[in-house]
Amino acid sequence: MSSNIIPHFDITVKKKWKLFDFKELVKYKDLLYFFVLRDITVLYKQTVLGMLWAILNPVMSMVIFSVIFGGLAKIDSDGIPYPIFSYAAVLPWTYFSQSMSGATSSLVGNAHLLTKVYFPRILIPLTPIFSKLMDFTIAFSILLVMMFVYNISPTWNVMFLPLLMILMILTALGIGMWLSSLAIQYRDVRFAIGFMTSMLMYAAPVVFPASLVAEKFGETVYLLYGLYPMVGVIEGFRSSLLGFNPMPWNLIGMGSVSAIIIFFSGALHFKKTEKIFADVA
Amino acid sequence: MSNIAITTDKISKAYLIGLKDEAHDTLAGAVSSWLKSPLKNYRTLKRLNTYKNAEEREDYFWALKDVSFQINHGEVLGIIGHNGAGKSTLLKILCRITEPTSGSARVYGRIASLLEVGTGFNVELTGRENVYLSGTILGMTKKEIDKKFDEIIEFSGIEKFIDTQAKKYSNGMRIRLAFAIAASIETEIMVIDEVLNIGDADFQRKSIAKIESLAKQGRTVLFVSHNLSAIKAICTRAIQLNHGKLIREGEVSKVVSVYLSSYVKEHTVHKYDMETAPSSEYAKLIKAELKFDDSKNDHLKAGDPFEFEFVFYSLMKEEHILDVVFQLKDELDNIVFIGSSLDNNYVKVSEGYFKWICKVPADFMNQGSYSLHKFYLIKNKTDVIFEQREVLSFEIMYSFDLRIGNVGRKEGIVKPKLDWSLLSGENANK
Repeated sequence: MSSNIIPHFDITVKKKWKLFDFKELVKYKDLLYFFVLRDITVLYKQTVLGMLWAILNPVMSMVIFSVIFGGLAKIDSDGIPYPIFSYAAVLPWTYFSQSMSGATSSLVGNAHLLTKVYFPRILIPLTPIFSKLMDFTIAFSILLVMMFVYNISPTWNVMFLPLLMILMILTALGIGMWLSSLAIQYRDVRFAIGFMTSMLMYAAPVVFPASLVAEKFGETVYLLYGLYPMVGVIEGFRSSLLGFNPMPWNLIGMGSVSAIIIFFSGALHFKKTEKIFADVA
Repeated sequence: MSNIAITTDKISKAYLIGLKDEAHDTLAGAVSSWLKSPLKNYRTLKRLNTYKNAEEREDYFWALKDVSFQINHGEVLGIIGHNGAGKSTLLKILCRITEPTSGSARVYGRIASLLEVGTGFNVELTGRENVYLSGTILGMTKKEIDKKFDEIIEFSGIEKFIDTQAKKYSNGMRIRLAFAIAASIETEIMVIDEVLNIGDADFQRKSIAKIESLAKQGRTVLFVSHNLSAIKAICTRAIQLNHGKLIREGEVSKVVSVYLSSYVKEHTVHKYDMETAPSSEYAKLIKAELKFDDSKNDHLKAGDPFEFEFVFYSLMKEEHILDVVFQLKDELDNIVFIGSSLDNNYVKVSEGYFKWICKVPADFMNQGSYSLHKFYLIKNKTDVIFEQREVLSFEIMYSFDLRIGNVGRKEGIVKPKLDWSLLSGENANK
């Protein structure tokens, strides 16, 4: 055996600047798979309703919103029946908020692993991003049922749905990388995530249409509003599936720009701090 | 030098330690510091990841300092040292769990760490699911685990419960399964930290045997343990860390015995002159010593005979009967026995020196760390006239001659040689 032939790695203070080590990620793909499988298997263990919770949560939100904002406050819903108007938004929102908060608490929750064994740290916040897709899929079936009940058929734009989902995943992962790496050093994040999530929800056009912003504040503010990626995602879901409005490409475009910024800056911050995770965990 | 497995160059690691908070004696002081505390907390937390000027600052603690060494492929290296010597930190750096503050290392080949048994175990999952989860966490691929699955289950001995949730397992079952997973890893380099201190006797024997077999297969192993007997049995070479520095390196039995003797000598003899001797109104303790035949071994082993020697100076003019009574405790705080000269025929002693010798017979003591916890001098069989705590402390090593029970682990407070006889035939049934 010669040391020149054996693959080796170096442990040094300064590492080569590389945002993602794809070769390594491929090597650890099985671990990601089992992490996701663990999350999914464990999630509804020892519950009576089991997977029904994946439906019950968004449905209950939809019911509450329909009663309060649709029924009492009479918020305009672009002519769409309010329940399906809000459910089309609650669906991506639930995924977004759950995967984001899951990713945020993931590093702290897995601290015992960080101090005991090496693997690419990014797999930890990546896990809820994938595992929450299962709840999303289950909840999606309810939307299909509602569309059938309201006799609404999707438009051709439905083929852009994967693009919207990528946008949503990129944003959730970007914020997740930011917050999880901050949370392991500053545990304040854990306390802030609660109100931050509800703030972000009311900022997104979940209970009201984005057109309301254009109406009240004008076109420029409406465009800037699009910088919040979930605006384009939610309005895109409504347009492509329910077809009452044209696809809001301007919102989606704005959202893509900031989603990419959030994602890469998050990855950068994660990369910069990951070497100290074991020390501060 | 073509056979190097790991080489490190001046690895150092600093940790930030908390300095004492200032105390407040006024309410105003407490309130103002409470208001200022977010800023202070922020500064402390922010510094968790920077080591600027770590050399000069007093609130950094150097867990490792300039550690350089090399291991060749196929070597089994023991790492010894007191608690806090930096052993675990060194392993964590080599496994890439944490980064060094300065210095570098190069590792040739795949490295797997076994810093804890059961890393990543989830009690909600079944045994089978845990095998895959835990295995991939330790760096295996699904394919590798598939191939090894039957072997893992057999080694763990829990075939029947493999599809049961792990939370219904006993502690022992969990440990066995976890170790079986870890043992199935096939990397060129294995890093093992204190995993032998858990589980029952049978499990311990199995795991030591497993590590021995890894070594025989030519795997490179780094092994940290407080169990010096196990280190001696398994390793070929050893390094000793002390306060983060590498202070000794070499052949395992040499390093271990130097480590032991430097550790033991401090406590096996206490010798005083008349001025400094611990004393009471009635007597002074001049010397307390543990003696054994060190012609063959430089430290005590289980089953070796030895003796205690106590030299006193009596300050009492009149003659009295004087006796020594002491408590011998082991590392688990068990009282192994009470040594007492009260059982003997009495001798009267007047002012001046006198010496008690107490022989502990062969084939009696087990391995362990012992101390003469309480120590008394008694006058006329009733009055305590001198009292001292922790007079001597010493280590008895595991004996390789007595391969009874299991390897390396202490079973039973004492290890006496019992008198056995065997009857057979007609006589046996009487």
